Amino acid sequence: MTTIDGNEAVAYVAYRTNEVIAIYPITPSSPMGEWSDAWASADTANLWGTIPAVIELQSEGGAAGTVHGALQTGSLTTTFTASQGLLLMIPNMYKIAGELTPTVFHVAARSLAAQGLSIFGDHSDVMATRATGFALLGSASVQEAMDFALISQAAALESRIPFLHFFDGFRTSHEVAKVELLTEDDMREMLDMDFVLAHRARALSPDHPVLRGTAQNPDVYFQARETVNPFYNRCPEITQAAMDKFAALTGRSYQLFEYHGTANAERVIVLMGSGAETVHETVDYLNDGGANVGVLKVRLYRPFDVQRFIEALPATTKALAILDRTKEPGSGGEPLYLDCIAALHEGIQNGWGELEDMPKIIGGRYGLSSNEFTPGMVKAIYDNLALKHPKNHFTIGINDDLTHTSLAYDENFSTEPANVIRSMFYGLGSDGTVGANKNSIKIIGENTDNFAQGYFVYDSKKAGAITVSHLRFGPLPIRSTYLITRANFVACHQPNFLERYDMLASLIDGGTFLLNTPFDRDAIWPQLPRQVQQHLIEKRAKFYVINATRVSRASGMGNRINTVMQVCFFALSNVLPKAEAIEAIKYAIQKSYGNKGEETVARNLKAVDDALAHLHEVTVPDDITSAFNMPPAVSPLAPEFVREVLGKMIGGCGDALPVSALPCDGTYPTGTAKWEKRNLALEIPVWDTEVCIQCGKCAMVCPHSVIRIKAYDEKFLAAAPPTFKACDARDREWAGLKYTIQVAPEDCTGCAICVDVCPAKNKSETRLKAINMQPQSPLRDAERDNWDFYLSIPEMDRRLVKNSTIRQQQAQEPLFEFSGACAGCGETPYIKLVTQLFGDRAVIANATGCSSIYGGNLPTTPYTVNAEGRGPAWSNSLFEDNAEFGLGFRVSIDKQTAFAKELLNQVAPLVGDELTQAILQAMQNDEADIYEQRERVSELKNRLLNIGSLAARQLLSLADLLVKKSVWIIGGDGWAYDIGFGGLDHVMASGRNVNILVLDTEVYSNTGGQMSKATPRGAVAKFAAAGKPAAKKDLGLIAMTYGNVYVARVAMGAKDEHTLKAFLEAEAYDGPSLIIAYSHCIAHGINMTTAMQNQKAAVEAGQWLLYRFHPDRAEVGENPLQLDSKAPKIALEKYLYLENRFKMLTTSHPEDAKRLLNEAQQDVYTRWQYFEYLAARKMNAPTNGKELTKLS
Amino acid sequence: MDLRTTYLGLPLRTPLVVSASPLSEELDNIKRMEDAGAAAIVLHSLFEEQLTNDSLELDFHLSHHTECFAEALTFFPEPQKFHRGPDEYLNHIRKAKQAVQIPIIASLNGSTLGGWTAYAKEMEQAGADAIELNIYHIPTDTEMPGVEVEHTYLDIIEMVKPHIKIPVAVKISPFFSNLAHLAKEFVNAGADGLVLFNRFYQPDINFETLEIQPNIIFSTPQALRLPMRWIAILYGRINCSLAATSGIHTAQDVIKMLMVGANVTMLCSVLFRRGIEHLSMIERDMILWLSEHEYDSVRQLQGSMSQKYCANPSEFERAQYVRALHSYKPARY
Repeated sequence: MTTIDGNEAVAYVAYRTNEVIAIYPITPSSPMGEWSDAWASADTANLWGTIPAVIELQSEGGAAGTVHGALQTGSLTTTFTASQGLLLMIPNMYKIAGELTPTVFHVAARSLAAQGLSIFGDHSDVMATRATGFALLGSASVQEAMDFALISQAAALESRIPFLHFFDGFRTSHEVAKVELLTEDDMREMLDMDFVLAHRARALSPDHPVLRGTAQNPDVYFQARETVNPFYNRCPEITQAAMDKFAALTGRSYQLFEYHGTANAERVIVLMGSGAETVHETVDYLNDGGANVGVLKVRLYRPFDVQRFIEALPATTKALAILDRTKEPGSGGEPLYLDCIAALHEGIQNGWGELEDMPKIIGGRYGLSSNEFTPGMVKAIYDNLALKHPKNHFTIGINDDLTHTSLAYDENFSTEPANVIRSMFYGLGSDGTVGANKNSIKIIGENTDNFAQGYFVYDSKKAGAITVSHLRFGPLPIRSTYLITRANFVACHQPNFLERYDMLASLIDGGTFLLNTPFDRDAIWPQLPRQVQQHLIEKRAKFYVINATRVSRASGMGNRINTVMQVCFFALSNVLPKAEAIEAIKYAIQKSYGNKGEETVARNLKAVDDALAHLHEVTVPDDITSAFNMPPAVSPLAPEFVREVLGKMIGGCGDALPVSALPCDGTYPTGTAKWEKRNLALEIPVWDTEVCIQCGKCAMVCPHSVIRIKAYDEKFLAAAPPTFKACDARDREWAGLKYTIQVAPEDCTGCAICVDVCPAKNKSETRLKAINMQPQSPLRDAERDNWDFYLSIPEMDRRLVKNSTIRQQQAQEPLFEFSGACAGCGETPYIKLVTQLFGDRAVIANATGCSSIYGGNLPTTPYTVNAEGRGPAWSNSLFEDNAEFGLGFRVSIDKQTAFAKELLNQVAPLVGDELTQAILQAMQNDEADIYEQRERVSELKNRLLNIGSLAARQLLSLADLLVKKSVWIIGGDGWAYDIGFGGLDHVMASGRNVNILVLDTEVYSNTGGQMSKATPRGAVAKFAAAGKPAAKKDLGLIAMTYGNVYVARVAMGAKDEHTLKAFLEAEAYDGPSLIIAYSHCIAHGINMTTAMQNQKAAVEAGQWLLYRFHPDRAEVGENPLQLDSKAPKIALEKYLYLENRFKMLTTSHPEDAKRLLNEAQQDVYTRWQYFEYLAARKMNAPTNGKELTKLS
Repeated sequence: MDLRTTYLGLPLRTPLVVSASPLSEELDNIKRMEDAGAAAIVLHSLFEEQLTNDSLELDFHLSHHTECFAEALTFFPEPQKFHRGPDEYLNHIRKAKQAVQIPIIASLNGSTLGGWTAYAKEMEQAGADAIELNIYHIPTDTEMPGVEVEHTYLDIIEMVKPHIKIPVAVKISPFFSNLAHLAKEFVNAGADGLVLFNRFYQPDINFETLEIQPNIIFSTPQALRLPMRWIAILYGRINCSLAATSGIHTAQDVIKMLMVGANVTMLCSVLFRRGIEHLSMIERDMILWLSEHEYDSVRQLQGSMSQKYCANPSEFERAQYVRALHSYKPARY
């Protein structure tokens, strides 16, 4: 047996049973494609000895098209996807099924974006495909996912019906479990070669040509559609036969509809997916207690075998609850419910099965977006079924206080067997906790007879992310597909979590608590919040401490405390004898790190050896003595919605929010991130007024907008806190004003990128700059006061800030702050700049990706408002349609503005000609113009209030449109270069005034580093393990070919003033503008603190050219292209090998690295020559309507 | 003209050897060196510390930010095998040996005793004709006495020697309190030759950034005085080969070094400045000089101006410094 997660288990089979794999990354299915790519890179062969061709496409639509094509030409072909990706495949799925083409799509089932996007699991995506003609086969566990991957492959080949094999996103796709690994012999045995050859024989070939894809007319389309019926009729039988054959081979038996429970059960739950495991566990528990219930697990949902379904139900069934993990608003019921009703009706009518009368049938929804589905909920459903009038169309797991659909349930009801060890680990993403726990599962799974299960809950934030690991070990297969709520062992890997999460609520009486803390056993007690002390005392917990951080650092492991904490877990949990466990850990270390170097191994081994000597038991006192409580998740000063709704989410209690608490249409207030004080930084920047030259660079690069600048009248300093810093403003235009750079101490992530870019050095101690990192803890209270005071100083009058130089421009208030982006993020400084310059009149369309996650992931939002209540309005439509979405904004705004002007002309006699003309003729070219126009519009609105006409009322609703609006279309390179390129191209061609900002990280950052067309030649990325062989697509050059598109390529770290100039020009240009912004990223494998230096190196090496292409210059006879960077002055190698994405190729594929480096260097020369030529071209003088000079 | 010499027991066509530098990282350059007349080539150094740092860095970047965020549990594909550590260097030795006929001397800078011996063995197995131990250590610990530093060097030589059969040269710095004694100790510890001297990168200050930055300065002709003096002193007094390096730019420089007792002269900066092919010019100039001055062979002049055989041995000692000052006359008074 082996330990493996659902994605790997499925990919393991799919890879070996296919020849072509075409994919596009989407959570939570991405790892299946990544495994396939990794195996192909390692020359792993499939069952027939050939290495499958793995190809990444530009979208799921593209992947489906490629799958369709590969199938039509005879290859065994598969793909992996989820959610919106599956929706994009639907058109091809109809074609593939219509042509009776065997394939299996493996889907990690996930929610669909509706009122909000969710990456988590339910069946909404799968249900959207149920009319395509694909067979739908659902697995409920990691073992089933592996098994059904093979069964579906066999059944598809034989039946010619394409299969969609699905399993629950995250719950199954990411659960690590101990499973029986299928052998290649099993796979060969299952796949009848005759069917493989038959598939190949149907291939399109000029050697035996046929034609498919005809256009059919009313005379025959209908009949032709019915020709497939025999295939669908046979499919269930074929699938069951495949299951039976599989059972004979492996001993694991499955049924299309599988009943579990007492033979004479009266109440039965019907469902599919991982929830069936929890129901199974609950059924056993309840029946052991004398109940009489059962569960019918639906495996093959399409084609729905009515007879088998009804025959699987006990004759005694009196009441059925059909559970759907999806929602179909407005329907008579969810899909499985309706199918079951129809099946029962038809089955009983036909006399199938043993049911004589129609049972009571109710339907319910559960578990949307990985919402918990627990035994307590299952019991509540059975209890509901026992009622004379059970609630139909119910929901379970939430509190629906709006339409009262929800069933009440007992949160404390537990079916967890006593022989299962349950452990929870609270870790920081960067400390390696999850990795170590995955390792522990492997160790226990492979060194004991225990079954093992690991499930990991991740944060919605990227910086300072918390992870919670849920590990179960026991002698029997583990069916608990829900989070642990009764833990034998709880470990807290980061001491500050104790104040944020009530983690001991889950600890059982007599359980063990392990804490990583700098305090020793004698000093720790007073450092614990009262709630923690109370839990420890009341639960008679065993309490252990270790200074894991110190042990790790002494071993050379830095803050990666994973190995130390892993050793402690084994020492305390007794899952394995201590010595045996330590040997196993050491073996695992050798296996995991051996390929990376002996020193890495040696450091880990030292950490293992040193750990136990520092592990100490604490005697828990009898009394609660702590002087402090766990603080509330958000300040009591926060607005009610933030306190009562968002605050619950921040505190990890979002599950408890009732339906009525949430917005009905996905609309949320902005400006809420400021209430979520995360205190992530161990060190924060501290300003030195003496050294500072007030250049503003620190504020400009700050990814989280925590460094702020104001120049203000001295009078505002009257009530300044004692440590508040101010000095005279150096800028001549600000003479007489005071100047402050203030840091938001509790919002800073400690990335220190500000210190790296600071150009001013302390003349007496050159290691110091004008801004220096110092420990946050001793500064926190004073700086919090300083920050609050700073906020009380009025923002500068925007009319007085010259926004063309950074030193003044950075005094503009950012309207994007404290996002959840990674520490040191390279994207957010650009977004912040947009909001500083244009935020009070900007509307932003944001493509799905990193920027939509840190921009719009609940609980809080970083986009915010100024003192007047203005700020960016933001929305995310989809990944693929963002450019069109933004164009919609523009067209709409332009239409409404035009209409407002028309209305204004209509009401001019009533509001006054002078005001009308002033409004209509306002240029609105700068902040002063905008200010004045706002004043005019305000006056207009006042006057309109006194006019009762329809035109006046309409104008009142549109008057704000008379102030210029700035439309921004923002997204990453995955959107702009790949999935959204078609739309982007069209929007650029439209000529409309939109500003497109491409945050180019040169890789799919949000989904974990997959290659995009923006990835440069020679970079290692997923799907480019041997280095990307092709050069980066030149999006800027493509855009320039339109002639009327403003195009700029910028890199803030190389030339910040150029970046500023480009943003101003782009926004001012009355037409489409495209800014391609170099955005360093954690996916580059770099030191994020010094990442701006990488940007500089990229420009100096000629890898990233800076330029501006301004169509207006062509209007006056100048060359529109202006090259803003100089000829390459350093060897490309010097830049590339600053970054692991390039450097790792020298160790993974040394020969390829050399070749690709040479080719990339040649790219640099060629690109430079080409752009130099383009920028040097002499242009025709303006013709002023005369005939153009003919070119000779 | 008979230019033959021996170094570390290796018979060489001439005393012109290319010293360790990035030039030898390219196989094409190695071929060009042989074509230009190099008698042997010392490959660029394998730095154990660099290898260790690289592997730690690789591990850091492959593990950093992983398992933090649900959508991106990793950021890089992880190949099953990394060609880490010395693999590339050892392959380079193999390829160099296949590409040229002249001896290839591997250069090693270890950071642990285990690393020194393990890598030395692997270099021998890869086909190196000899190994140059590039002991590159700048002690800065105020608590560490000089003798401890010396023992570090001796320990390395004593550890490496028993593990390999090919000869071992030791490249040393001049910064020892009694180099003559230590040189003898090195030989007693097993060194087959000494390379005088290692030039450390000298840090410089960038006025604009107020940062210390490494500044690679090519050797100047004046730099040859230091190794020349010490080779003169050591020649005939310790039983090992002597290689001169630093500041050797012309045939005359070569001849001077041979005269004081060097078995070979090692060239680097001049090849960076004037190209690898300049080696042949130096050889031609040597032949011309030797002919003009009626020498028949290099052996004839080797050691002829050493402290042992020169007319006034004290010139190489302290008095020589005083003499030098006396003879210095500024251009204007």
